[in-house]
Amino acid sequence: MNTAISVEHLAYTYPGVDNTPGVTVFEDLNLRIEEGSFVAILGGNGCGKSTLAKHFNAILLPCGGKVWVYGMDTSDEDKRIAVRRSAGMVFQNPDNQIVANVVEEDVAFGPENLGIASPEIRRRVNQALTQVGMYEYREHAPHLLSGGQKQRVAIAGIIAMEPKCIVLDEPTAMLDPRGRREVMETVTRLNREKNITIVLITHHMDEAAKAQRVIVLNQGKIAADGTPEAVFSQVELLHGIGLASPDTVELCWELNQQGFALPLDSLDPEECAQILYNAVKI
Amino acid sequence: MAPFLEVKNLTHVYSAGTPFEHKALDNVSFYLERGEFVGVIGHTGSGKSTLMQHLNGLLKPDSGAVLLDGVDIWSDKKITRQARFRVGLVFQYPEYQLFEETVYKDIAFGPRNMGLPAEEIDRRVREAAGFVGISDAQLASSPFDLSGGQKRRAAIAGVIAMEPELLILDEPTAGLDPAGREDILANIDGYRRAKNATVMMVSHSMNDVARMADRLIVMNRARIAMDGTPREIFTLNHTQELMDMGLDIPELTRVFLRLRRMGLNVPVVYTMEQAVDAMTSLRGGTDHA
Repeated sequence: MNTAISVEHLAYTYPGVDNTPGVTVFEDLNLRIEEGSFVAILGGNGCGKSTLAKHFNAILLPCGGKVWVYGMDTSDEDKRIAVRRSAGMVFQNPDNQIVANVVEEDVAFGPENLGIASPEIRRRVNQALTQVGMYEYREHAPHLLSGGQKQRVAIAGIIAMEPKCIVLDEPTAMLDPRGRREVMETVTRLNREKNITIVLITHHMDEAAKAQRVIVLNQGKIAADGTPEAVFSQVELLHGIGLASPDTVELCWELNQQGFALPLDSLDPEECAQILYNAVKI
Repeated sequence: MAPFLEVKNLTHVYSAGTPFEHKALDNVSFYLERGEFVGVIGHTGSGKSTLMQHLNGLLKPDSGAVLLDGVDIWSDKKITRQARFRVGLVFQYPEYQLFEETVYKDIAFGPRNMGLPAEEIDRRVREAAGFVGISDAQLASSPFDLSGGQKRRAAIAGVIAMEPELLILDEPTAGLDPAGREDILANIDGYRRAKNATVMMVSHSMNDVARMADRLIVMNRARIAMDGTPREIFTLNHTQELMDMGLDIPELTRVFLRLRRMGLNVPVVYTMEQAVDAMTSLRGGTDHA
């Protein structure tokens, strides 16, 4: 399998203002994300998640070490545009990402800036809006859409640039449950059907549970890395750094403190119910 | 005696008379009592924010009324002004509204606007800081030197310092990690208990409202669709209805509804504590069987 993003000995310090010292986020971070994979990055506030994400499309550049995106060094100025075309970013607040007054114009903004010919832009815009389930809203005004719809338009704007990888920084933090479901379904589908590499930064454990791999960051270091089942079963470790497992796992863990002996890998309610059922039904 | 707060046939229409005319609240009525912790859930655009902004007079009803202790908050200019102090509003991402040089000054901004004497302002700032766990050292520092969770707490303290009888919060835990969420929810409940204040919390987290609130108001399409205890709302027969409204039920409730379908005699739970109790008592039961 090919590598989509490779982080080698990354060091990063935010510069200090006036005479205050800078804030060091990473000293020596190493990480590899495979092409076509769906990776969730978890961590408490201030653990470095967003700082890391900003390295994936050269918004931030390493102070030490290297970040490679599809084999391109993000520090190489000549490669910067190619890096940003390969790894698109979606941010938390959809209102800050919308630039046009009509949905389809907003989605066309990216490809237009890439200098793509009009007929090709038309095709990409239609396709991107279809993929996020927003085609029927193509002539609507973005500010009148719901949060989930706006966020899907923002994702369509990224897809229209045909990136190989999409990095999403807490894309559902401001959305209602339906909006969250819509965005998660869209992201999962893009990964499965289009083989787009997904890097999802989130505070929602249930969203991370939908990824193939979960990386937990704490104070600029990797605290856990593995399948959702393997990571979320480390309940004490997660609690120790201010995180939690999905409620289904937390419940089994709590019950184990009361003398049950339940496995800690049930990530959905059905599975959890089955485990509980087996435990009390003799 | 009049209820603490009454919302009577409240209707609000945005952009009336234009092609974008949109009824955000449609004949909404309810009461709030002192000391209640009320969770408000509803999809984006269901009318939650419009409702909140009516309760302290930021928006004026197109028809209907908001009454505090039986008095219409629009009956007189002075009363409208009072309502803005009696009902405190914490918007989404309130930390973006921090602007002063020090955390202390930021928290003092509201009480100062109320025209309180200096020593009273000082008492309130310190007390409010105490409620949200901001230390004396942090009071002296710039709000921009605080972490995300601390900034959020400082911003909430700024509203608490006005000692509102009704504290309304729009998504106070959005964007925080689990530990940060726990802290803020505990801070809010601490204030409610200490002052017998009413709390109204708008949230997209079914887990948070289920755990914290004694009562849930479910908004849908500009109306109140349901109003009851979490136990009454998160039941099997509401599951589909809530999903159709773009909402959800807590994960643990899902697990227990499933267990009931599998034939286990368990209650409908919506908090971790209830779930643990239900399972341990069930095991106790089978041991004796």
